[in-house]
Amino acid sequence: MLHFYIFAPFFAALLIGLFAKKGSRIHTGWFVLPVPAVLFILFCSKLPVLAEGKIVQSVANWIPSLDIQLSFYLDGLSMLFSLLITGIGSLVVLYSIYYLSKKEQLVHFYVYLLLFMGSMLGVVLSDNVFVLYTFWEFTSISSFLLIGFWFYRERSTYGAQKSMLVTVFGGLAMLGALILLSITAETNSIREIIANRTDIIESDLFIPILILLLIGAFTKSAQFPFHSWLPDAMEAPTPVSAYLHSATMVKAGIYLVARFSLIFSGTDIFFIIVTGAGLITLCIGSFLASRQTDLKGILAYSTISQLGMIMSMLGFGTGVATLAAIFHIFNHATFKGSLFMIAGIVDHETGTRDIRRLGGLYTFMPISATLAFFGAFSMAGIPLPIFNGFLSKEMFFDASLKLEQTSGFAATFAQWVPFLAVAGSIFTFVYSMYLVFGTFTGKAKLDQLEKKPHEAPIGMLISPIVLIGLVVLIGLLPNLINEPILAPAVASVRGDLALIHLKFWHGLNTPLYMSLIVVILGILLSLTLKKWQPVYNRVPGKFSTDRVYQGLVNGLLTFSKILTKSYMTGSLRLYTSIILVFLVISTSAFIYMTDGFKISFDNLAPVTWPEVLIGSVMAVAAIATIWMNQRIAAIIVIGVVGYGLSLLFVFFRAPDLALTQLIVETITVALFLLCFAHLPKLKKSDKKSFEKLLDFVIAASTGALLTIVAISSHSSQYFDSIAKYFVDNSYKLGGGDNIVNVILVDFRGLDTLFEIAVLGLAALGIFAMIKYRDKGDMNH
Amino acid sequence: MSSRSNDLILKTTTTIIVFVILAFSVNMLFAGHNAPGGGFIGGLMGAGALLLLYISYGLKPVDRILPINFTYMIASGLLIAILTGAGSFVLNVPFLSHSFGYFYLPLLGKTELATAMLFDLGVYLTVIGVTMTIILSIAEDKVENVEEEGN
Repeated sequence: MLHFYIFAPFFAALLIGLFAKKGSRIHTGWFVLPVPAVLFILFCSKLPVLAEGKIVQSVANWIPSLDIQLSFYLDGLSMLFSLLITGIGSLVVLYSIYYLSKKEQLVHFYVYLLLFMGSMLGVVLSDNVFVLYTFWEFTSISSFLLIGFWFYRERSTYGAQKSMLVTVFGGLAMLGALILLSITAETNSIREIIANRTDIIESDLFIPILILLLIGAFTKSAQFPFHSWLPDAMEAPTPVSAYLHSATMVKAGIYLVARFSLIFSGTDIFFIIVTGAGLITLCIGSFLASRQTDLKGILAYSTISQLGMIMSMLGFGTGVATLAAIFHIFNHATFKGSLFMIAGIVDHETGTRDIRRLGGLYTFMPISATLAFFGAFSMAGIPLPIFNGFLSKEMFFDASLKLEQTSGFAATFAQWVPFLAVAGSIFTFVYSMYLVFGTFTGKAKLDQLEKKPHEAPIGMLISPIVLIGLVVLIGLLPNLINEPILAPAVASVRGDLALIHLKFWHGLNTPLYMSLIVVILGILLSLTLKKWQPVYNRVPGKFSTDRVYQGLVNGLLTFSKILTKSYMTGSLRLYTSIILVFLVISTSAFIYMTDGFKISFDNLAPVTWPEVLIGSVMAVAAIATIWMNQRIAAIIVIGVVGYGLSLLFVFFRAPDLALTQLIVETITVALFLLCFAHLPKLKKSDKKSFEKLLDFVIAASTGALLTIVAISSHSSQYFDSIAKYFVDNSYKLGGGDNIVNVILVDFRGLDTLFEIAVLGLAALGIFAMIKYRDKGDMNH
Repeated sequence: MSSRSNDLILKTTTTIIVFVILAFSVNMLFAGHNAPGGGFIGGLMGAGALLLLYISYGLKPVDRILPINFTYMIASGLLIAILTGAGSFVLNVPFLSHSFGYFYLPLLGKTELATAMLFDLGVYLTVIGVTMTIILSIAEDKVENVEEEGN
């Protein structure tokens, strides 16, 4: 059954074009809306099965020979994510119906969105690592398309490209990790891999697997130092930001870490990397969020920091921390989704998202403002029982105090965790307040707005109302979702089912004091925001990862340009040198390594005087050619070599070769003379003496190499020559005494056939070149 | 290539020598199977003979006497070679299988005839065609240029 769930969005994407007619009165979104809504209900109907501790699964063959099967399974963790994807998916589609006008390319939008939805479902439900990777890259591609939806805007394409580069980089790293995992565990199934966890922890590949996998998760989930793509992805339409960049795609990395944390959790290195990166991300993200002036920019950095918080809790690896992480995944999706939608409403109704031009919108948009207050307070973790954000944050503090790391650096680091957690939360409080109060209170700057603000249409408000309703409901009654959704999810992350009761009031304990410190310091910092905001002009400055990314991209471009220009000069001389030097180096290295050089004086024919004479004449002629100052003279001198060769053939008793060589040499010399007569006079070489020396060295070493190869191959004959067969059978089988000719036309006639074909082609080529060339050039 | 002087000696000797060379070239072709020679060398020599004609008498007169399109000659040579090879399919043997036999022919007596000879004929024609095409293309081109420059 799960196959149908996953592929339903893909089919819908295929069919959506049929329903959406141009100029139709019905917004395309209405046709899309049933898909996630129905899926949501279907997933909900599986909840009782999970509550019994069972899982739902289905398998189909894809590439059985490689053990790659479309095997999907639904356990607690997958269920949580599936509900988020389909539930928030429905709300986002509903919201987008009112957000996007019919003038936009709606079919494109919904096709991308459905592709994304389907692939995200595939990611969280896959059991096979390669299927997981396939869907993972699908999410990267569809999110690339969605970010670049307004492709005529430069910032959109820039953001799309950046997110693509970063996430695909991580995706490929993850592929490496998955391949190593499947090699180590000897299976492609995630569940079986997890079952083999001891093999993996003990293998030498453990560290590479961990690091590659975490690179994949960190790039997707915008963790430090890969977070800089997320703020640039805010150029996407707001429903996309709400869906992808708060609730679903950025949590794919979280999902990955959670899914594999059964293997890694408990090891120090996992704790240090994941918690460390998570806390750094939490602090940097929340610190930088108050610097932004764009509403969505604030929300983007806020998402980064919240994801950092979840990530660090996954790193803790304790039961409370895992529950808190899972709980916060859910909570974050609710309040961040609604805040994005409200940011979109503000943008839609006022024409700007710049917080410096906004203010005092409370009177114009009371409903949105109320919703925003709820969302932001929940995000800040105000200690009231109506905000779910507070509950998970309290559990975060609680978990940070109960770390069980004992050894070495991990233990030292664990002591610092609560302080970092509080620091990050203080800034979270600051930007949350900055966000809502900056937008909705104060004096309205109506003259700076493009249109007079007014409340959004009810259709646009439904989705944020539902989400904020959830915020309050879960804030009041957290155990409503604890038992059916959170507990099975924790069970599938931790491997055992341990229901922890959620409650608002823990009594007067350290986490509560930490929350109070956050609130008090947060209020102080918020009130004095204007005074210390100039800090942002100096920090992060040069250490901004944006600059690092841009520097890397520019550096790579410049470097590859320089590299390419350095050897792709268009000079044939250089190319020939490179080819020859490569030949010399590789062949001589090979001879050296295999001990291939061999010289033997057996089996050598006696040298006669005529041969020596002819050979030395040829050598003298060949060398003399170098100093010829005229082309024609050079051709004639080189001809001496050719005629010398044909004489040698005579001495070596090869009459056919001698004849052919003689005539061919004559014809080539004649042709050369004919052609070179048209060429300008040979210029005196203006090469520097260094270049000449280099040429000499290359030429000499090539010659020496070929001599060595010839000597070695002559000295090491491993098999008898097949010539005897030809000598014995030439008359018997071929009917001829001339063995060369019989070989040419009979034994190896195919070679001859294609040689004459080559000749024919050459002649036709010359014919065509001369007859059909552009003759205008010749006669100027 | 209009001859400015009267190359009487050249032309006269050419008429004699061309036949000698041609005969030698054909001999090379036929003798190739049992003695040094063969289609390739024979073809080159045949081309040499034709070339000598062109050199002594100029392009136009020779073209008039020998109206041969040498590009067609390449094609026919290749065709003969391929058909010789393909002929073996008729007898259900692999491509380019040759056979030979001895026959009593009038005038020549006992003669060896081999299908390899036909293949060599293809080579012979191709080589003549190729050589002549190359040389004539270049040579004719030069004539045109000279004429254009003259104009």
